[in-house]
Amino acid sequence: MSKNIKINVKHITRVEGHGDIVVNVNNGKIEKLQWKVVEAPRFFEAMVRNRSYEDIQLIVSRICGICSITHSLASTKAIEKAMGIEVPEQTDIIRILMHYSEQLQSHILHIGYLAAPDFFGVPSIVPLATKAGEVVKAIIRAHRTANQWSDLIAGRTTHPVTIKPGGFTVIPTEKQFRELQESLKQTMTELDTVANAMVNITDKIPKFERETEYVSLKQEKPPTYTFYHGDIISTDCNGQTVDVGNWHEVANEYVSEQSTAKWTKWHRDAYAVGALARFNNNADLLSPAAKNIAKKFCLEKGCCNPYMNTIAQLVECAHVVETSIEMIDKLLTKGLTEEHVIVKPKAGKATGCVEAPRGILFHEYEFDKNGNCIAADICIPTNQNHANIQKDFEKLLPEIIEQGQEAVRCKLEMLVRAYDPCISCSTHILDVQFTK
Amino acid sequence: MSSSKPRVGIFDFACCEGCQLQIVNLEEELPELVSAVDVVEWREAISDQSDEYDIAIIEGSITRASDEERLRTIRKTAKILVALGACATIGGVNKLKNNFEMQDVKKCVYGKDADMPHLDSSPTKAIDEVVKVDYKIHGCPIDRDEFKYVMQSLLIGKKPEIPEYPVCVECKAKGNPCLWDYGQVCLGPIIRAGCGARCPSSGFRCFGCRGYVDDPNLNAAKDVIEKYGLTVEELKSKMVLFGSGASATQDCE
Repeated sequence: MSKNIKINVKHITRVEGHGDIVVNVNNGKIEKLQWKVVEAPRFFEAMVRNRSYEDIQLIVSRICGICSITHSLASTKAIEKAMGIEVPEQTDIIRILMHYSEQLQSHILHIGYLAAPDFFGVPSIVPLATKAGEVVKAIIRAHRTANQWSDLIAGRTTHPVTIKPGGFTVIPTEKQFRELQESLKQTMTELDTVANAMVNITDKIPKFERETEYVSLKQEKPPTYTFYHGDIISTDCNGQTVDVGNWHEVANEYVSEQSTAKWTKWHRDAYAVGALARFNNNADLLSPAAKNIAKKFCLEKGCCNPYMNTIAQLVECAHVVETSIEMIDKLLTKGLTEEHVIVKPKAGKATGCVEAPRGILFHEYEFDKNGNCIAADICIPTNQNHANIQKDFEKLLPEIIEQGQEAVRCKLEMLVRAYDPCISCSTHILDVQFTK
Repeated sequence: MSSSKPRVGIFDFACCEGCQLQIVNLEEELPELVSAVDVVEWREAISDQSDEYDIAIIEGSITRASDEERLRTIRKTAKILVALGACATIGGVNKLKNNFEMQDVKKCVYGKDADMPHLDSSPTKAIDEVVKVDYKIHGCPIDRDEFKYVMQSLLIGKKPEIPEYPVCVECKAKGNPCLWDYGQVCLGPIIRAGCGARCPSSGFRCFGCRGYVDDPNLNAAKDVIEKYGLTVEELKSKMVLFGSGASATQDCE
């Protein structure tokens, strides 16, 4: 029975940024199937030119409202490397704590506010409050704790102001760290509530698999489930890491006609980054509570169901919270000290690399002798996922084409959301046109 | 029942969506606020989309001809238009690109592909450079309590009172040491308060995300830069960071 179906979703909802999906199936034959990024480009790499190194983090944190801390940290690491600035140990630990606050905030936002409505079959989190009240309360509490956590260390919930090359303008007091630690213990129970509720709806996670390359950071000294230090690894690398300074060889960026954002490829025609990629490369290094959650959902290393990225994020939430509780102990046992690093601008070029909640992020800058930026090159995780989303579409559509227009639209949208795309980072997205 | 409530649409243009995030960050208060209105479109948080609304909240700056058209259509439909956050109110960091030729900006980012039609971009405009704006919620990002206050005011038909004094007032009230004494070029003396001086309170200079007060005392600013041995150029460089009105930087000379 030949049908003609047309779906037209312009600007996919419940994602950060603007993207379209175009599907054209004629008499059972797929004529067009595209994931398109239509965000207005903002040209950050051009805007930072001639700006002092002191202004860089302030500007580039604005690449993304959800992962502003990540962008600030990546740029600050690059500046420090370019100018030979040594970062003291306490600063390093507090920065990682700050970075973890954003992983929790962003993951909970995605799991609870953006993705969960799909699993529970509602259009947003608002009606979910009556359908699954306790879960929504746990999500909101965890989200608020994450925000207060960012606020405490970064000086603001969004767009940090305390980060500066070499250190912080101000750090929390021991009492404030202790209070934070208490709220994090509470967050562990909230994450349990969320995990237990999600286990009951795992049948709503589409069964779809496509083998691909997973790229993330890997830290060997000491072995850590890393978001902040380390080198580049992929599931196609046989354990051989690549120095972050050589990221161009990994990303191989190119401009696609489908997109205002650049696309990337490495060993294959597409690769994936994000929580599932980190999990597939580093799962054995997760904290005990995180491993428990993974087990509950039967999430194992080698998973190639992109929809499971949302579950990998939940696993990571437990990891960052549990690990932070320990890190605060370590900080307080040692006692907080005042660290002063003298920063003298000098000429240099370097890359700063960290894991954004949605995947590996590269920031590269070159400075003149006065510390003014000559050139910048930024490669954000969502861009690194675009080609992979396209490849997923190409395998998924033939498998579900018989399920009809509404199911197809829903699964394609859910797939895009599973990657937790941050399209305003890459430059905004979703228009679904479907003809069968 | 819901038809008697004002219909609200939240729309975004070129920005980081961090201001919408502050609305989500109202946490438990969000459902309460949402229940007082009828949210007919909010792409980042809900699936519904609509062409009928009374209040349009606009986030982001305008950087493409097609976006100007979309904004004009929204303005025609909306009774009240609110600009949300620095990108919308003053252009924000997006205005930094206006310091360069557009072709140079495109070449810098997209190289040989710069002329592909879908990568087209124009100099950045704040919302009021394209259409009439009724109310502005300042900041990068906005302050969620101020957002709540402005929305509450609009719902009861009252004009929201936004501070017309500079950040220094709030900073001094908090007892913070002046960052100028620590060598920082802080824009507190000329930038609109209402943020609670958050940045200077964290030891970081005010960089002007809330825009200038209505009548910035630029002569005083000149006295300050003289006292601290700075050049007008150095001050101007900090002033353009968040696009806080090119005309004021000219008055500075």
